[in-house]
Amino acid sequence: MRRFTAIVPIMVVALAAAACGSDDGDNQAADDGPVSLTIATFGEFGYKELYDEYQKLHPNVKITERITKTEDHHKNLAAHLATNTGAADIEALEEGWIGQFTANASKFVDLNELGAGDIKSQWPEWKWNVATSKDGKTIGLGTDVGGMAMCYRVDLFKKAGLPTDRAEVSKLWPTWDQYIETGKKFEAAKVPGAHFFDGPTVMYRSILGQAPVGLYDGDNVVVDSNPEVKKAFDLSALAVTSGLSARAEAWTPAWNAGFAKGTFATLGCPSWMMAYIQTQAKDASGKWDIADVPGGGGNWGGSWLTVPKQSKHQKQAYELAKWLTAPEQQAKVFQKYGNFPSTVTLYEDAVIKDFVNPYFNNAPVGQIFSKSVSTMKPQYLGPKAGDINTQIINGLTRIEQGKQNPDQSWQQVLTDVKALL
Amino acid sequence: MTQLVTDGSAGERLSPRRSLLHRLDVKGSPYLYIAPFFLLFLGFGVFPLIFTAWVSLHEWSLLSDEHPWIGFGNYTALWADPAFWNALWNTASIWVLSTVPQLLMALVLAHILNQRLRGQTFWRMSALVPNITSVAAVAIIFSQLFGRDYGLINWVLGVFGIDKVDWTANSWSSHLAVSLMIIWRWTGYNALIYLAAMQAVPKELYDSASLDGATSFQQLRKITVPAIRPTIIFTVIISSIGGMQVLAEPLLFGGNGLTGGSDRQFQTLALYLYEVAFGRFDFGYASASSWVMFLIIVIVAAINFALTSRLRRS
Repeated sequence: MRRFTAIVPIMVVALAAAACGSDDGDNQAADDGPVSLTIATFGEFGYKELYDEYQKLHPNVKITERITKTEDHHKNLAAHLATNTGAADIEALEEGWIGQFTANASKFVDLNELGAGDIKSQWPEWKWNVATSKDGKTIGLGTDVGGMAMCYRVDLFKKAGLPTDRAEVSKLWPTWDQYIETGKKFEAAKVPGAHFFDGPTVMYRSILGQAPVGLYDGDNVVVDSNPEVKKAFDLSALAVTSGLSARAEAWTPAWNAGFAKGTFATLGCPSWMMAYIQTQAKDASGKWDIADVPGGGGNWGGSWLTVPKQSKHQKQAYELAKWLTAPEQQAKVFQKYGNFPSTVTLYEDAVIKDFVNPYFNNAPVGQIFSKSVSTMKPQYLGPKAGDINTQIINGLTRIEQGKQNPDQSWQQVLTDVKALL
Repeated sequence: MTQLVTDGSAGERLSPRRSLLHRLDVKGSPYLYIAPFFLLFLGFGVFPLIFTAWVSLHEWSLLSDEHPWIGFGNYTALWADPAFWNALWNTASIWVLSTVPQLLMALVLAHILNQRLRGQTFWRMSALVPNITSVAAVAIIFSQLFGRDYGLINWVLGVFGIDKVDWTANSWSSHLAVSLMIIWRWTGYNALIYLAAMQAVPKELYDSASLDGATSFQQLRKITVPAIRPTIIFTVIISSIGGMQVLAEPLLFGGNGLTGGSDRQFQTLALYLYEVAFGRFDFGYASASSWVMFLIIVIVAAINFALTSRLRRS
């Protein structure tokens, strides 16, 4: 019985692959003939309106989007690249995964060969370099960037007797230690049903994202020797052992419900988290606000658009990716959805600088994230960053579950990380 | 076929050509009829098996074009991998916790369904409903029931003054929860198999047992169980194989985390395999572990078979 259930998805994949491979009516040379392009993304890229606009500008192009969950999207792509069939013409890659793919850049079109060098100056150097392999092949064009701020619940802060104005809230926590101190005050007020922060995952990622060197120094994994990693771990562990955590594990139903129910009062906020909060807590407009993040700056997340070599319309796919990642389009996505642009030229532009988000009490999110992104120190995420972070976050969860104390947990993290390498 | 045979018996002499066709038809066509299954099995069963063995002898990253030969390197690494042994232990624990109560309950359920009941078909059909529900739906609903803060089960425990249990945090609680999902899905399925076997037991046996004053439970123990022993053996082997392959339940119970809890406390063999293959894209290592898993299943099935066939003879 159970074995057959495994066969069905394989057959579906095979059929889908066959279906994708069959629409090759035209070849590379014909630029103006009718072309149908597929683009595979995850989460919310905010491109729906842009596709219509592009199709109006280029009547010969027909765009289909495939949206999958982030994890599955990257797993599927790896399988499609390995079997050399089934990938879309444009494949999005997320920051946490791109290292694995640049390490095997030969599966993608080197966009420099299609003239991407001319638009290189749109992006900060680091955004360009992350998508470039060691031998100089650039496989992706930058879409959004995470940046980092701190989201907080105005109503819960009020109940706890803390300031609610975002400038004053920012002053509460110039450092992460002061953030924890504020948390202790919040807990002392015993607001019913609420804790200070959601859980260690987001806090750990926020702190680690502020370090110039994270899990990797060049090709070497430096989890055991880099004080910045230990600092992110220790601070998150301290927040947990101080009893500040709502123990809502990130991306579980309890966490999703927490946004609307108000079970936690603060949460590290990359720009894409704004879109996430708005979908999870539709009716909580005005209850969430945004302040500066402790420690200043930082980054978590952001994506790229790539063109796999197996695409039959590489040139047309590149043209579309180039258009979608151009500053004008990135600004439109930011205003509608909140994903913050990665193109530097925009940060001084009024469309970004003067933009306020009504859901977050008209917070000047354009300014907040411009500041965060322009002061961030780009960090290299190595090919195994995702798995290593899973081990470290598991360690923090063990502390939260009372299974281990911070020292025991860290020792096990070191063993577990070594086992991955 | 019958047509040809009657033709022959009618006395007409068959030409040598026709007789060859006739022989081919009689001898060959049965193989043709079963061929579709074996062709499918060759494509989806045998080929992956052999190819996986080949992959397991290489350092085979899904993303890389080069796959260097490393002999039995993956197997020796697996032998020294605590995560693998941990997964094996978890699988065994969840298998015992789920299979034993599941088959016992299925037996009792089948015995009840075998009585004269009003709305017999309705009850029998309902027994199968949990099994035809998608495993993902079952796992999601059970994860909600076992939720720490808002779960129904903790709420009920609270009524009796018992503290909230963080079900995913501990080995025992998570194994219990995962086992319950498996029990929920497969009890009715096994009950129907038992029921089918029970219907073949002669009614007179029960009638005379009732006359002698045997209780319903005594009848189950002394008449039904010995009579349907081959079926019980079949279900034990099938659930053992299924129990070794548990994947979706622990995967979804852990909120889609591939490690099966913060300390791998409920990561089964299949889930570990999935983590290595699709989390780290290390297909060589994953293939090695799937071959070891295959051998373990063969051994477990063999032990099962030896034990139960001794039972059958006694």
